[in-house]
Amino acid sequence: MYAFDYQRPSALDEAVALLRDLDEPKVLAGGQTLLPTLKQRLAQPGSLVDLSRIPGLSGIERRGEGLFIGAMARHAQVATSPLVQEVIPALAELAGMIGDPAVRNRGTLGGSIANNDPTADYPAACLGLGASIVTNARTLVADDFFTGLFETALGEDELVVGVEFPAPARAGYAKFRNPASRYAMAGAFVAQMADGVRVAITGAGQGGVFRWAEAEEALHADFRPESIAELTLDASDIMSDLHGSADYRAQLVKVMTLRALVAALR
Amino acid sequence: MNANTASNVTPIGAAVRRKEDHRFITGKGRYTDDLHRPGEAQAYFLRSPHAHARIRSLDTAEAAAMPGVVAILTGAELAEDKVGDLICGWMIHSVDGSPMRMGSHPALAKDTVRYVGDHVAVVIAETLNQAKDAAAAIAVDYEVLPAVSDLAQAQAEGAPQLHEVAPRNVVFAWELGDKDATDTAFANAAHVIPIDVVNNRLAPNPIEPRAAIGDYDSGDDAFTLWTTSQNPHLARLVLSAFVGIAPENKLRVIAPDVGGGFGSKIFIYAEETVCAWASKRVGRPVKWTCDRSEAFLCDAHGRDHITHAELALDPAGRILGFRVKTTANMGAYLSTFASSIPTYLYATLLSGQYDIPAIHCHVDAVYTNTAPVDAYRGAGRPEATFLVERIVEIAARTLKMDSAAFRRLNFVTSFPHQTPVIMNYDAGDYAASLDKALELADYAGFPARKTEAERRGKLRGIGLSNYIEACGIAPSAAVGSLGAGVGLWESAEVRVNPTGNVEVLTGSHSHGQGHETTFAQLVSSRLGIPMDQVSIVHGDTDKVQFGMGTYGSRSGAVGMSAIVKALDKVEAKAKKIAAHMLEAAEGDIEFKDGRFSVAGTDRWLGFAEVALNAYVAHKFPTSEIEPGLKEGAFYDPTNFTFPAGCHVCEVEIDPDTGVTQIVNFTAVDDFGVVINPMIVEGQVHGGIAQGVGQALMESVHYDADGQLVTGSFMDYTMPRAENLPSFRIGLTQTRCPSNPLGIKGCGEAGAIAAPPAVINAITMALGTEDVSMPATPAKVWQIIQAWRAVAQAAE
Ligand SMILES: Cc1cc2nc3c(=O)[nH]c(=O)nc-3n(C[C@H](O)[C@H](O)[C@H](O)COP(=O)(O)OP(=O)(O)OC[C@H]3O[C@@H](n4cnc5c(N)ncnc54)[C@H](O)[C@@H]3O)c2cc1C
Repeated sequence: MYAFDYQRPSALDEAVALLRDLDEPKVLAGGQTLLPTLKQRLAQPGSLVDLSRIPGLSGIERRGEGLFIGAMARHAQVATSPLVQEVIPALAELAGMIGDPAVRNRGTLGGSIANNDPTADYPAACLGLGASIVTNARTLVADDFFTGLFETALGEDELVVGVEFPAPARAGYAKFRNPASRYAMAGAFVAQMADGVRVAITGAGQGGVFRWAEAEEALHADFRPESIAELTLDASDIMSDLHGSADYRAQLVKVMTLRALVAALR
Repeated sequence: MNANTASNVTPIGAAVRRKEDHRFITGKGRYTDDLHRPGEAQAYFLRSPHAHARIRSLDTAEAAAMPGVVAILTGAELAEDKVGDLICGWMIHSVDGSPMRMGSHPALAKDTVRYVGDHVAVVIAETLNQAKDAAAAIAVDYEVLPAVSDLAQAQAEGAPQLHEVAPRNVVFAWELGDKDATDTAFANAAHVIPIDVVNNRLAPNPIEPRAAIGDYDSGDDAFTLWTTSQNPHLARLVLSAFVGIAPENKLRVIAPDVGGGFGSKIFIYAEETVCAWASKRVGRPVKWTCDRSEAFLCDAHGRDHITHAELALDPAGRILGFRVKTTANMGAYLSTFASSIPTYLYATLLSGQYDIPAIHCHVDAVYTNTAPVDAYRGAGRPEATFLVERIVEIAARTLKMDSAAFRRLNFVTSFPHQTPVIMNYDAGDYAASLDKALELADYAGFPARKTEAERRGKLRGIGLSNYIEACGIAPSAAVGSLGAGVGLWESAEVRVNPTGNVEVLTGSHSHGQGHETTFAQLVSSRLGIPMDQVSIVHGDTDKVQFGMGTYGSRSGAVGMSAIVKALDKVEAKAKKIAAHMLEAAEGDIEFKDGRFSVAGTDRWLGFAEVALNAYVAHKFPTSEIEPGLKEGAFYDPTNFTFPAGCHVCEVEIDPDTGVTQIVNFTAVDDFGVVINPMIVEGQVHGGIAQGVGQALMESVHYDADGQLVTGSFMDYTMPRAENLPSFRIGLTQTRCPSNPLGIKGCGEAGAIAAPPAVINAITMALGTEDVSMPATPAKVWQIIQAWRAVAQAAE
């Protein structure tokens, strides 16, 4: 770890000001991604701005038909929240599949989506549910928020404040864990929304989380496994590495999509 | 009279909880990294980023001037102080009689680096961060050389050469067995079964990473080295006699609590050598703790063989001969015992549990630009077992014989049995463990389960593994004749205190095995005193007499045998003293349940009373009997021990994802006499987990340039609890005739037995023998695809 300054603001404005004014600042949320990066000297921020003391950032509440979940909500909190379990059970299940208990007790929704790891779980839920990402400056739909591998539309001094999740009629998430890291090798979030079906895929795309248009169309026509049984995903934009070829991942995407659908139909 | 009656005794065979766990569970364990020496400085190693490079120049000036830097040392300073190379302590001769080609292995590179992670320089600074900052400022001008990381390519024409002494990277070309007899067997064979296997390279990953603190005391001109060692005396011997750090009497090596080793902490590495040496050079204690990334790079790896073999059978399926050609990866340098692993710990087990008249094995050991490879749980024996149990399975399937029946037909059934590859099996009952395993696994019910699984769209398979291993290493003269640089006996000293409690000083070393419990059980049952009155002292060369340490499942068979020998002497002397106290003839004294009694009378003394008298020395003539009660012993085994058994693995494969789920795993082992069944079960569980890890998940992967791809747990897959079912465990027992307790050893069995059981199950489920380890979901799925494509084409 390189030396850095540490700031712990107690208000959102203060945090935003620090991000604007400090030299090479970095937001610290649950630290589950950031701290290992620092320990391995893969990043050298001038200061860390710790969000943990800003009140009101970790709430989970009803917003219209759906939910608003604060950026600092821990994965474990989302996984066990009766409200989330009631309104979007697939989201609670997804949160419960992230990492291990230690990671879930520290890691946050905001940290996960700001990081936009191509194998992370939450981006699939945000994109799959057509969520809106609320920052200190604006509100962005998920389709505009996730822009590439570890890339988002967030500006330099912009913070995720929370995420608005519309309630689906039915939704399911299925994840094939990378055997080593336990992140997604392929994760599929399938949601039947008021305006159509959304299928978001994580873990497999070369450009990060993406929507599988053919599956969406097929399921929009008929929300049944048979609708996608004959579909295959074009593997040309799919990741290939030590753990699996693009063909294999494309297959996993399909199987996970089917399993997510079955979960949604339960 | 005496509270220490038999009711307080913990007998051999009792599943008592581990004494050491209180310390570990309450966070009171003391590992090397927990220790701090006044004034200690932190060491950080600058490691090679290249798999192969010449160091054109190395400039430390700027780095040395950075804040907190105490010293930066390189191979030049090492040479200046005449510090010797690291050694390999087992001499192997090639077929042509030439000695193995040992490339120079300096603790810090002289002019060439040979693997990613190789040691270029050490920075010693006030803090680790300062040391890392300075290391980044060292200017190294590398001339990058072509590298060879692929074992199969190492001997190729034009392959990059690692050491001048080893043309074509060959360390040795060695053989064992009778070639002519084997050729004849093949000439007479009705069937010849070929096989090609790769035994995948593994990273040891003990939970505690390696660490060292070197501390030179200028007052005494003596060194103390705290290090994560499985054999502190051996570390001292090597560092004294070969590396030349200090004479043995001026070097104290302490291996305090050590959190697992699996072999990887047997060896004498560059880092502890440098910490010890540098502490004198800089005049401060020097501490180093490996981080996990470094551990992946530079802890000695395990396995890594490529083998082609053939099995000759008669028309009825009896094995006539076995021919094996193996290439073994040694990595970039020969680690401490590297040469013995693919030779005497491997080829000598190629007879398995079978009566094979003729065996011939040829092994080429080669250098590659990868981390050194040495012993890892099982060490050579898993490689042998995998080969034997895979080819035997394929033979049974080829001849359309039941797997169990084929094995039974070929079992060794009478003992002692001399194999054609050195080993003389002393005792065993292979049919007994097979029978019990088949019963526990409900082998007979498998076809029904397979049908039921098919209905659910799952592929189900069952696989056997009838392993044998050689443990309790080893008779000193025997290993000496095979090239070992050391003897493999063990030592013990039993010190009875005046109040009757006991300290046992053992040359064995516990780093997870539970010696504080099992050794205390032995003493308790023998002396009739409670277990908590027995302390086990190990791991400190200043406290304990010379000992050989713990590896190769030797602490029970060899280490405890030494304790038995010392206890015999304690009892003999105590009887003499008791005879005087009881005014009886020595020959009339009986010792049982902690009491010395006069035969045929009700007169007796408790153990503690006799102990006290030994020290008070009032009641016996000290001209005849020395005061005190303390005896030492060295025990050299008469043979290896041969644990054996049968593991059965049943898997279910999801053809959609290629995921293999182990639905049942049965292990029936013959470990001889068991001291503590709970601890033995724990050893079996851990061993199976590691074996399943090798079969399904683990694999160290280097890319073509020699960069380590699996450098963290993000990419190197470890087995987890959820990958394993609840095991069905059973024991059979034939007493080992080669040591006083009848123990065979249990530490490695699971890791040896499990891989072929798993792969035999998967190959059965998939209907193809072409499944290499690790059988990852991706690999299994690809196999299923290929097979479906063939099936479709056939339609
Ligand atoms: C062992 C392990 C296993 C894991 N397994 C999984 C898994 O299976 N699935 C999965 O999805 N994830 C997994 N993770 C990642 C985990 O979910 C992390 O918690 C998450 O990716 C980052 O969240 P965090 O709160 O820890 O953020 P931090 O690590 O604190 O920050 C991550 C990044 O986001 C930025 N950031 C944080 N909060 C905000 C904010 N509110 N606004 C703007 N930027 C912000 C930080 O500056 C930093 O760049 C795993 C992590 C570990 C260590």
